[in-house]
Amino acid sequence: MGDLSEFSLKIQLFLRAYRWRRIDPVPWTPLKKPLSECRVALVSSAGLVMPGQEPFDGGKRGGDPSFREIPANVEVQSLVDTHRSRSFDHSGIRRDPNLAFPIDRLRELSESGRIGQVNRRHLSFMGSLTATGAFVRDTAPAAAKLFAGDGVDAALLVPV
Amino acid sequence: MCSQAVGLFAAELERQGISTVAIQLLREVALKVHPPRALFVPFRHGYPLDAPQEPGRQRAVLEAALRMLEDRNLKPPALVDFPG
Repeated sequence: MGDLSEFSLKIQLFLRAYRWRRIDPVPWTPLKKPLSECRVALVSSAGLVMPGQEPFDGGKRGGDPSFREIPANVEVQSLVDTHRSRSFDHSGIRRDPNLAFPIDRLRELSESGRIGQVNRRHLSFMGSLTATGAFVRDTAPAAAKLFAGDGVDAALLVPV
Repeated sequence: MCSQAVGLFAAELERQGISTVAIQLLREVALKVHPPRALFVPFRHGYPLDAPQEPGRQRAVLEAALRMLEDRNLKPPALVDFPG
């Protein structure tokens, strides 16, 4: 069950005191066409990287706001979990990265016609960000621009 | 923290004209951050799509997320529970 009691008392206290960043106003883009015609992309915050990509920096104060591009033809089992958090069980994602980066499921959805195309690239973040300023100001707009340039219609975002 | 990060990025995607749905593992965070479309799942951290090597269970979560994208009655910020 996803609730605060999963965490140590120290982390629970931190999360209760933390000033969450509220989105206001909340932007809203309705789908412009049927899903079966949409180009869809994935976003994971599981800190996944491909072999040869730089791991996320687990020592960075406030968290590492960078991102990695993951091509659509990636072999999902080759993805490496570099998420710094020790407050959740990583074993499921290491057995099957689809649990947090469901690229095999997305391909199936495209093959069945439920969605249109799988975008040519997807994005990986390490979501353990306590300082969100640089992420909101710099990283997120730059990363979103890649999807906008690709003609992505819809994105599925998966935290861990 | 992961739920906040994907919510913030979802908002940026929506600003740039891309529809989004963000899975959320903590209801409290979704209620505070206000991702545009959030699917709250009752799974523990590290298991956002339910279970490893269980394609059917993973597909069920994704299908619920896709239905949120198609639902013209939702208003921002939209929070839906899985399973509905």
